[in-house]
Amino acid sequence: MKIDAQGLYYRDLNLQIREAVAAGADKIDLDNVNGQYFIGDGINKPVTITINGVPGNDLAAFMNGAVVVVNENAQDNIGNTMNAGKVIVHGHAGDVLGYGMRGGRIHIRKDVGYRVGIHMKSYQENKPVLIAGGKAGDFFGEYMAGGVLILLGMFTDDPAKAKHGYLFGTGMHGGVIYVRGGVDESRLAKEVGVFELDENDRKELEVYLKDYCLDLDLDLEEVLKEPFVKVLPRSKRPYGNMYCTMPK
Amino acid sequence: MMPLRKDTAMKRQPTHIFEKDISNCGLTGFISKKGKRVEGQVIIKSISLMHDRGNGLGGGFGAYGIYPEYPDFYAFHMMYENGMAQQLTEEYLEANFHIEQQEEIPTRRTKAIVNPPAFKRYFAKPMETDEYKEAVDYQGMTEEDMIVRHVMAINHEIEGAFVVSSGKNMGAFKGVGFPEEIADFFRLEEYSGHIWTAHNRFPTNTPGWWGGAHPFTLLDWSIVHNGEISSYGINKRYLEMYGYLCTMLTDTEVVAYMLDLLIRKHGLTPDLACTALAPPFWSLIDQMPDNERELCTALRQVYGSALLNGPFAILFASNQGLIGLNDRVKLRPLVCAEYEDFVYMASEESAIREICPNPSRIWSPRGGEPVIAMMEGTA
Repeated sequence: MKIDAQGLYYRDLNLQIREAVAAGADKIDLDNVNGQYFIGDGINKPVTITINGVPGNDLAAFMNGAVVVVNENAQDNIGNTMNAGKVIVHGHAGDVLGYGMRGGRIHIRKDVGYRVGIHMKSYQENKPVLIAGGKAGDFFGEYMAGGVLILLGMFTDDPAKAKHGYLFGTGMHGGVIYVRGGVDESRLAKEVGVFELDENDRKELEVYLKDYCLDLDLDLEEVLKEPFVKVLPRSKRPYGNMYCTMPK
Repeated sequence: MMPLRKDTAMKRQPTHIFEKDISNCGLTGFISKKGKRVEGQVIIKSISLMHDRGNGLGGGFGAYGIYPEYPDFYAFHMMYENGMAQQLTEEYLEANFHIEQQEEIPTRRTKAIVNPPAFKRYFAKPMETDEYKEAVDYQGMTEEDMIVRHVMAINHEIEGAFVVSSGKNMGAFKGVGFPEEIADFFRLEEYSGHIWTAHNRFPTNTPGWWGGAHPFTLLDWSIVHNGEISSYGINKRYLEMYGYLCTMLTDTEVVAYMLDLLIRKHGLTPDLACTALAPPFWSLIDQMPDNERELCTALRQVYGSALLNGPFAILFASNQGLIGLNDRVKLRPLVCAEYEDFVYMASEESAIREICPNPSRIWSPRGGEPVIAMMEGTA
């Protein structure tokens, strides 16, 4: 089904989406979206929502199993505490993506902003994956506790910009970050270190990237042409001794 | 709050408003670098898209190029809370200025705007009074310095009178309400300008009152701001040493005065002034090449008290251009775009796309990295 979102207030739009989902729609196309907040939030059915236009902030928060496809750029706070499902963005996206994300996939084709993957986490079979095809701002993987962050640095509107910002991995204490073509070690936070991939890493990475390339119609071979590095936290408890020494 | 009906007055009220949305200030602005004038409807459309970033306690607009018939006169937009304030201010202005034209700022009676103060504007040039000659001839002050002194005097000494703006060929329009309501009240669709800024306020730490709405101005500087200046106390005391008095009860005011001090008085370029407001961290400065390190070190040493701490995204405009700046760790959103000779800056990309559907470039500046869009033909 189709909804024309031209000039529609976000509450009215989201009400229409929720009613369509409740009525059993498995495909919803939204046309002329511009800036409406909270699209796809809390939706727990396997519906595919395609957005033509720029969706507003807090897209796909608390989402649990739906697929959101954005054929344009997207804004801030995508996939806050997302549980399952997928967000595909064909343009760039803003700050604070995947905040506290606990499962599912976020695939961004181009650049992403600050604090991407902040406090992502994983538990048993729930393992979130966020892939950015362009460049990233500061605090990539901030306070990351679990899951997988992947940065390609390939598809950018700003070739002069560095692949990633400062304070990369600040407070990271779990999960893994893969970066295509290496990292600038002078920009890493002191809580993380750089490692080579082992065979298991390569296999796992390839699975994620294959899915990403399929979604965004990209050439997997091209993406895999450059070697990746792995960034891991040095400690599971980086601030344990910040205020006083922890008892042994 | 709605008055309670008698029969429900005894009922317990809920402790939370569960319908409440998360909100924050919103800002937007654009410039035509070639000076093409654009009608007010365009900026209204852009800021209205971010309606929910504010809560109705402040909206405002900065507009440049709106008074081409008085290009050489300072356009004083005045707000009066009472008749006495107006009388005293007009006596003050008449004693110090040649007033070419004075009139009420046209407003429209609307349901949304409750108890507005009175607004008047004066197109004026300073008179060569004895005080003026003494200051200019013997104290090394400029005409602009004298205007600043008069603005401070009116704001500080006349109870209930506030200078809303005081630059040439520009004006600020602001008050308590959502920005689209303020625009309706001030009939903003009747103006055309080549630089526009707009603000949707969600006051957190300071009162929502007419003078506290954005933009904050001085001469032709105007600032709209999303965030909070936690260094306000240090900044305010520093500015007081140079004769700037903070009277608007809101942190943003210091940014307007700071830029006047740094750029107009101390002669810093806009780029360097932005570096003084949001300088790199020492750890980054340590990694810089020698000349850059020396420059940044000197700036931080000289202008330590000008540093703005806390989260912010600001747009500041003057007749020279439009500049956007984030705090160093980008704790507030700012998106920029270009199309032909237009540069757009806003809290959300959608607010730009609403008035410029297909920009040739859209990007998010780094924290502390100013986006500078100057008029063609200026430095």
